[in-house]
Amino acid sequence: MTAALYLLRAGVKTAMVEKLSPGGQVLMTSEIENYPGFPSGLQGWELADKFAAHLESYPLERVNDEVRSIELGQPIHTIKVGEEVIQARAIILATGSRYRKLGVPGEDRLVGRGVSYCALCDGNFFRDQDVAVIGGGNSALEEALYLARLVNKIYLIHRRDDFRGLLCYQEKCFTHEKIEVMRSTVVEEIVGHSNLESLALHDLKSGERRQLVVDGAFIFVGFEPIMDFVPEAVEKDRNGVITDVEMRTNIPGVFAAGDIRSKMCRQVASAVGDGATAATAAFSYLEQLGQ
Amino acid sequence: MANQITDGNFEQEVLQSDVPVLIDFWAPWCGPCRAMGPVIDELAEEYSGQVKIVKMNVDENSATPGKYGIRAIPTLILFKDGEVVDQSTGAVSKSSIKEMIAKKAL
Repeated sequence: MTAALYLLRAGVKTAMVEKLSPGGQVLMTSEIENYPGFPSGLQGWELADKFAAHLESYPLERVNDEVRSIELGQPIHTIKVGEEVIQARAIILATGSRYRKLGVPGEDRLVGRGVSYCALCDGNFFRDQDVAVIGGGNSALEEALYLARLVNKIYLIHRRDDFRGLLCYQEKCFTHEKIEVMRSTVVEEIVGHSNLESLALHDLKSGERRQLVVDGAFIFVGFEPIMDFVPEAVEKDRNGVITDVEMRTNIPGVFAAGDIRSKMCRQVASAVGDGATAATAAFSYLEQLGQ
Repeated sequence: MANQITDGNFEQEVLQSDVPVLIDFWAPWCGPCRAMGPVIDELAEEYSGQVKIVKMNVDENSATPGKYGIRAIPTLILFKDGEVVDQSTGAVSKSSIKEMIAKKAL
């Protein structure tokens, strides 16, 4: 959205392709406390709505559907979206990231039947019940603390001994009366017929295997960049699309911004910065083409 | 705009409907549901007369979500002749909803 805003303000004819409605992972976040300018924090959807509102007065063409493919050409690239075709000299890839799956048997089958990736969305269905939170990063700890307000008991299951999440979240989790921390423990299977019934756990230290009966399992084991339709020729590694500091990929006219990039920091603040940088680079690329 | 239905008119609006019905179970506090909202509204227009596309707020209605075992939102359930013919959980694209309708409802 930031990239679109900068391009529109520079007078570039711009189309924004969005699979759902603008916001992505931000919409999944309950409270955003680290975006400058909002000292008392705000809800993820509020921030997404504010970004979207900022685009309203500009002549932006919006396409609400999923990109099927991108065909690179010089200088014109072709993007197929649903049943439409868009031709553009410059493309900014800003698809963001999605939650990573645990990758164990039973997971896909029981999504929506006890398995969840969004505490904010689904926590209410598990009021006064017992749930597991799986993961060791900031998301896992934050979401565990959010769920602790709703559920009866939380098993916080992490495959390592040390948690990666911020110390302040760790302390809150470790001392919370409803949260039981299970370290060096992996989930090997999610068990249940039509609904989640239990988790098959393996304690890596003692070697012991056992079943843990829970009503819900919330999985927060990180994020992966969304690169489904990014052409093969665009250079990437397992963490995302590779760009230079101006957000240029190895393909002329193709830029990337935000969580889709291979980088460390995945925050709204850095995504916004990437968007502005990519738009500026794209604008100067278009000017050079025009000459 | 997709109409809102309730526990009270579910039987009449969905189970006794002459045309297939797609229900989007949602709630105001659910980000991905908000993301789905505009897509559902657009589809309600596109399929007008062919497939009835409606929303149910799970915060205000608990009987129907309970009956169909809903434990995550957004969940879409497609009904034909009063029977569940397909179901999906999580925010999905317009194209994949159209595919679901084409395969199971039309």
